[in-house]
Amino acid sequence: MRAYLNGNEAVAAAVKLARTEVVAAYPITPQSTIVEKIAEYIAAGSMEADYIRVESEHAALAACYGAAVTGTRVFTATSSQGLAYMFEMLHYVSGCRVPMVMAVANRGLAAPWTIWADHQDAVACRDTGWIQLYVETAQEALDTCLQAYKIAAHPEVLTPVMVCLDGYVLSHTEEIVDVPDQEAVDRFLPSYRPEYSVDTQRPYVFGVGAGPDLYSAFKYYQQQAILKAKEVIKEVDREFQAHFQRSYGGLVDLYYCHDASVVLVVMGATAGTAREVVEYLRRQGEAVGLLRLRSFRPFPVEDLRAALSRARVVAVLDRDCSFGYEGVLATEVKAALADLPAQPQVAGFIGGLGGRDISQEELAGIFRHCLEAVRRQDRGEELVVSGGWQK
Amino acid sequence: MLQIRWHGRGGQGAVTAARIFGLAAAVYGDWYAQSFPSFGTERRGAPVTAFTRLDDRPIRDRSQIYNPDYVVVLDATLLESTDVFAGLAPGGTVLINAGREKAAVRALDRARVYYLDATRLAREVLGVPIVNTAMVVALAGATGLLSLEAVEKAIAAVLPQELVAQNIALARRAYDLAKVLGGKEAIASGSRVKREALVSAD
Repeated sequence: MRAYLNGNEAVAAAVKLARTEVVAAYPITPQSTIVEKIAEYIAAGSMEADYIRVESEHAALAACYGAAVTGTRVFTATSSQGLAYMFEMLHYVSGCRVPMVMAVANRGLAAPWTIWADHQDAVACRDTGWIQLYVETAQEALDTCLQAYKIAAHPEVLTPVMVCLDGYVLSHTEEIVDVPDQEAVDRFLPSYRPEYSVDTQRPYVFGVGAGPDLYSAFKYYQQQAILKAKEVIKEVDREFQAHFQRSYGGLVDLYYCHDASVVLVVMGATAGTAREVVEYLRRQGEAVGLLRLRSFRPFPVEDLRAALSRARVVAVLDRDCSFGYEGVLATEVKAALADLPAQPQVAGFIGGLGGRDISQEELAGIFRHCLEAVRRQDRGEELVVSGGWQK
Repeated sequence: MLQIRWHGRGGQGAVTAARIFGLAAAVYGDWYAQSFPSFGTERRGAPVTAFTRLDDRPIRDRSQIYNPDYVVVLDATLLESTDVFAGLAPGGTVLINAGREKAAVRALDRARVYYLDATRLAREVLGVPIVNTAMVVALAGATGLLSLEAVEKAIAAVLPQELVAQNIALARRAYDLAKVLGGKEAIASGSRVKREALVSAD
């Protein structure tokens, strides 16, 4: 059905279509309208689920964790300080290998207080053991939530998934969304039958303690599982394509990368604006491309290396900062490309913090800055390119 | 790409107007559309802006709108505090809810400025001065971008059921007036407005 939805409404539609059984959440801008819409569905009887009202985000995730170990399909959503408040529980959920889906309407962290978009909230949770998928459109938000349930519950993955959508820029922006039929979603995503759940007939222990002899093995298998997710994310995206004729490239989404001498790497909705700029510069004859990182964790090292090995400059635009070093994505892209035979120069840019608009002109400026470095190299100079900060 | 900026005050429905216009265009018309509020916290009575983009291909640009082709002003008192013409694209059109004698306009030379006394119309039809649906339909009618039928369907889809019939009645009245706006002179007092104020404010 052709609908006109914002990103939050698209997420809520997906949660309903996935036949989610338990939702526990605490309101926070710009996420709130996701769970408000879900509460409306439940109140109107169009969605059969328990909505657990809680006193905080920490409690929300604890409630989701408890519900998920009983073998139910679970959802929550949060943003910014709310995600920060969940930090302790994030590790419990991933460490216990409990599949669930959480939407994060990305928002900067205080102080200074802000309600506007950047990626600091989710990027700061990089090492919590959750899969993190960043989306570009409301359609992708809906589709990725459906995919996320399948990825999280894959028997070789059993890892929770954050679906990250830029606050306001996606969460509060309406656009055309094709909402799939319930029957089609049921075929793609059958009802949830986990192999392990709390069951008095078949007792298992969840959330055990582990001594030094065992802890490391738990963590090793957790790492193997999230690495396995690299294949599974691609596989589920292909399967989704077969069901719905839409796909998103799996881990990375490439746009004019194959022959580009300058490639811009971004996460989230900025990619849409960047596509316009790439197309514009291509018409001017400039060899530029875009790589949208869809999966931040697991980090698609192999795909990045394959896509960027022929580039001369890779510009990375971070909507986050690892204070005392640089943008997190910049560091990771450098590391991924470090031992390529012809290593591209990586230039890190930090922008779009706290909702700062990223205009076409600014993205064109980044490309031109990097193209200039390429031209200097063509004239025989060393290839050196600096990054920058949108102050 | 056509870009629209809606000016109102918190509570007047500028954000809903942006959405109704986008929905009418994207689902009941043959456009691609995108709409969004001025991101942030909105307080009743404070100036609010909202935006709609239309195009004949999928809209990928996610940046803010700086150079609108159309500006719609739901509340003429905003003209005193807000530069509603800011960034208006050359040849742009401004539609203001005001009796023409009330508006203090400092327009760009090449802007077309149309007035519609939507407050009076809304009071007559709805009994309350809520003008967003009238202004949506006025923009549709004056520009020919959308059919009345598409806007009516969007109003029915977005507004609470109990408000739909009245607002469609209002829309029909506004559309008839607005078609004239887009035509010759008629109420389109502002064609080729001079830079200086037409008339002083209240």
